[in-house]
Amino acid sequence: MKPDSRGYFGKFGGRFVPEVLIAALDELDSAVNEAFDDPTFWDEYHAVLRDFVGRPSPMYRCERYVADLSPVPLLMKREDTNHTGAHKINNTVGQALLARRMGKRRLLAETGAGQHGVATATVGAKFGLPVDVYMGARDIERQALNVYVMRLLGADVHCVESGTQTLKDATNEAFRVWAARAGDTFYVIGSVVGAHPYPYMVRELQKVIGVEARRQTLARYGRLPSDVVACVGGGSNAIGIFSGFVDDPQVKLWGVEAGGEGLESEHHAASLGAGSIGVLHGSRSYLLQSAQGQVRETHSVSAGLDYPGVGPEHAFFKESGRATYPSVTDAEAIEAFKGFARSEGIVPALESAHAIAFARKLAAERSKDDLILVNLSGRGDKDIGRC
Amino acid sequence: MLTAVFERARSQRRLAFIPYLMAGDPDLATTSQLIGALSAQGADLIELGVPYSDPLADGPTIAAAAQRALGNRVGLSDVLALAKQCSGNSAPIVLFTYYNPVYQFGVQRFAAALADAGVAGAIVPDLALEESAELRAALAEQGREMPLLVAPSTPPERARRIAEAAGGFVYVVSRLGVTGAGKTPDFAPLRAQITALRERTSKPLAVGFGVSRTEDVRSVADADGVIVGSALIDRYAGLSGTQAVERVVDLAAALIAATRR
Ligand SMILES: Cc1ncc(COP(=O)(O)O)c(C=O)c1O
Repeated sequence: MKPDSRGYFGKFGGRFVPEVLIAALDELDSAVNEAFDDPTFWDEYHAVLRDFVGRPSPMYRCERYVADLSPVPLLMKREDTNHTGAHKINNTVGQALLARRMGKRRLLAETGAGQHGVATATVGAKFGLPVDVYMGARDIERQALNVYVMRLLGADVHCVESGTQTLKDATNEAFRVWAARAGDTFYVIGSVVGAHPYPYMVRELQKVIGVEARRQTLARYGRLPSDVVACVGGGSNAIGIFSGFVDDPQVKLWGVEAGGEGLESEHHAASLGAGSIGVLHGSRSYLLQSAQGQVRETHSVSAGLDYPGVGPEHAFFKESGRATYPSVTDAEAIEAFKGFARSEGIVPALESAHAIAFARKLAAERSKDDLILVNLSGRGDKDIGRC
Repeated sequence: MLTAVFERARSQRRLAFIPYLMAGDPDLATTSQLIGALSAQGADLIELGVPYSDPLADGPTIAAAAQRALGNRVGLSDVLALAKQCSGNSAPIVLFTYYNPVYQFGVQRFAAALADAGVAGAIVPDLALEESAELRAALAEQGREMPLLVAPSTPPERARRIAEAAGGFVYVVSRLGVTGAGKTPDFAPLRAQITALRERTSKPLAVGFGVSRTEDVRSVADADGVIVGSALIDRYAGLSGTQAVERVVDLAAALIAATRR
């Protein structure tokens, strides 16, 4: 489904930004529509994904992780095998190609876990575009490895000290910088969030995950999955894989949010599960906020899920019932992180470990005729030493 | 309602002077004193900021002021109460607030509360023209007004539509970027923007963002009003009560003197 002309999925989305950014969003909207209609754009995008990113990413059948619970086949879509180690690179390749078409000379990005910052720094190096990355002071501390990599790739990493010093504030800062520099700078947003056309554009660039996964599942098993599971921070890896199955009503879609210390604790990042409708970073969606409309501090063991908002299309899926949004606690995610590594020989990102933990719960209710497909959104190198 | 403010200033051959204050920074009592003092000094209209956690259109000075106010647990209801308490001052008040606190409060309830507090209107910098219709209608029903913003990046035809929909006056953003006193705007494109807007609207034009020195005020003498925020806040940051008031009144007096044509 394409959002309407004002960028709405149902009642979610839109453009809630200062007037100074409207012209830049209009310019981007035209460029996106034109590029997405142009086969040469997609040819180039797919060529870079093939030769540089390493797509198609494999589909892997887990042998041991849920075998004690159920005979259900458990499949992993291996975004962790991508260059730079996560799904984020699919999006930044596409946005860098758009930036080049638009004649923009610099890239600007925000990052929480650092994966999106690394992915943007990578395409900046590849395409010869200077990159500025904004990152909260707390995230800089907890994701030191990725900060090192971004700098090695030539990006300028700017430390954001305001507010909660995490992704939310890094995003505020990126918007402010973009307001001053939109003439020559392309803002590479890291998830399906932000003002229209960002949620739509990023979805179209992550859809490749779902398209491949659908084809691979059918080719190998001759049937569609019963369940598709992905973690939800801003929601881009989840939208990416969901997009391959959204028109197959028999496939259940599960977006797993960060339950932190539990939804009753207030130390979590479950915007859909425990938030309410509001406006943040340019769109109307679900949000963790106070009764007075102040955006709340969030908590998750994984920096990539530690965000108080969520993409508007997920809010739409929640309300329409097309997808369901459970949450998994820090403790459950850490257990999955370790258990999965030991039983499968793959160290998942802590973000992905949330999806894996939920898939294990789901497995107990499924039989050998079902098929659970999980988006393994990234690898866990960046999380070493954190649990 | 707001237009009258500009008419009066024009008849006195000067720009309307519109100071911006963050409600609750450093505390509500000081804000109240500042409003009183600025009114007495000759401010024509007071822009009262509602503290918000994620102010996308604001630079470091106002964002930090909002954080301090939030630290004092000041929210929209407190700001409305403060505005009501100050409504006896000569200068009318408009709120400057982001949309989410209004949305949570309820759009209709917000408009009614403004009327009850005697507040003239509201400026909502993250509600661009396309998203502003509901709130504009609710405010209009209560006889309140909603000025809209025009940026340097706004194309001419769009600027015309914004000016047409704007209530009271058009808020002309002086530069690309956010609020803040650090960098002086380049006034040549701004003056061209003002000239172009004059051909498209008869509504008053008030210039804001980055206006901080008396020279800046003189540079935009062809507008109808100037809005000064960060420079005032920088001036009293770290002070409260009478000390804060003394510092601000000094600067305001100089700026007001510069509004005479
Ligand atoms: C590996 C990984 N998975 C998931 C996420 C969450 O983002 P999203 O929900 O946009 O996919 C991140 C974000 O940094 C990430 O690095």
